[in-house]
Amino acid sequence: MNAPEPAIDTRSALTLYGEALPSRMLIGTAQYPSPHVLAEAVRASGAGIVTVSLRREQARGRTGERFLELIEALGVRVLPNTAGCHTVKEAITTAQMAREVFGTDWLKLEVIANDDTLQPEVFGLVEAAKALAADGFKVLPYTTEDLSVADKLLAAGCKVLMPWGAPIGTGRGLANPYALKSLRAYYPDVPLIIDAGIGAPSHAAQAMEMGFDGVLLNTAVAKAGEPVRMAQAFAQAVDAGRIAFEAGLMGVRDMAQPSTPVAGTPFFDLKRGP
Amino acid sequence: MSVETKSPVDIVVNGEPHGTTAATLAELVHERGLTEQRVATARNGDFVPERERATTELRPGDRIEILSPRHGG
Repeated sequence: MNAPEPAIDTRSALTLYGEALPSRMLIGTAQYPSPHVLAEAVRASGAGIVTVSLRREQARGRTGERFLELIEALGVRVLPNTAGCHTVKEAITTAQMAREVFGTDWLKLEVIANDDTLQPEVFGLVEAAKALAADGFKVLPYTTEDLSVADKLLAAGCKVLMPWGAPIGTGRGLANPYALKSLRAYYPDVPLIIDAGIGAPSHAAQAMEMGFDGVLLNTAVAKAGEPVRMAQAFAQAVDAGRIAFEAGLMGVRDMAQPSTPVAGTPFFDLKRGP
Repeated sequence: MSVETKSPVDIVVNGEPHGTTAATLAELVHERGLTEQRVATARNGDFVPERERATTELRPGDRIEILSPRHGG
């Protein structure tokens, strides 16, 4: 009997800022129907990183403390964001506040240009990334697929880039696969995570098949009919896409080509048609 | 907390006008019942680390942010 093939451990391979992570999926913690569903969905996703934020605390409020206790019980790395920041100054101050409260120098850096599209404000993003990286932050910037911006973010000290698939919360998948493919090809050795716009497990699988190192999503799970099951579906899609990338996809052809052998086809000698 | 009678200082806390007798940012955090909570503070857009709250005096018109962990995407 043949020994079983060792399973490909696709989930141990992602390393960000020198840290090996248990999954190629990163998940957001917002918009779940309840704290319990949030916790179960994060567990089901297998994600090793969850995104979190900072918001105003009321007098005598306990909201923040309760949330932090819930997240700490999950035993995952937290990745604070600077969601809602529109200027370099706001982003830097928020980052410094997050580092103190969450006790981590990892940061999902967002500088937002426009409230309707939630388009990254790439000029401010580069400036903030430079200042924060110099201050010791491990910056994971939410950016576009633009190569020149990517270059500047890397020069600023970012070791990971997080290009958007589509605008945050739209669920449209990869809006510009051609440009994302270029980005992937141009930076074969930089960890690239598709952040935002992922609406379905097939979108996540597509990103992984293209060779992206991971996906970060939130709404697609949180707003699913059953978030915990959707988290499982995404985990499987991310694994499937990664294994497919590693296995090597066939090339696309314009013309049909039979997969069944042509040689030995019966009735070849019979005249067809009327 | 300070018990002597002081005239309140008008500041803005988390976007809301607020009169306080707290002399420092640390006293303000205490006044709001958040000393035991993990919160982060900023004054006029600048981060104020926890260790500097006790020496950060409040001035009229100061805009204070007191933030805590939340869900995020």
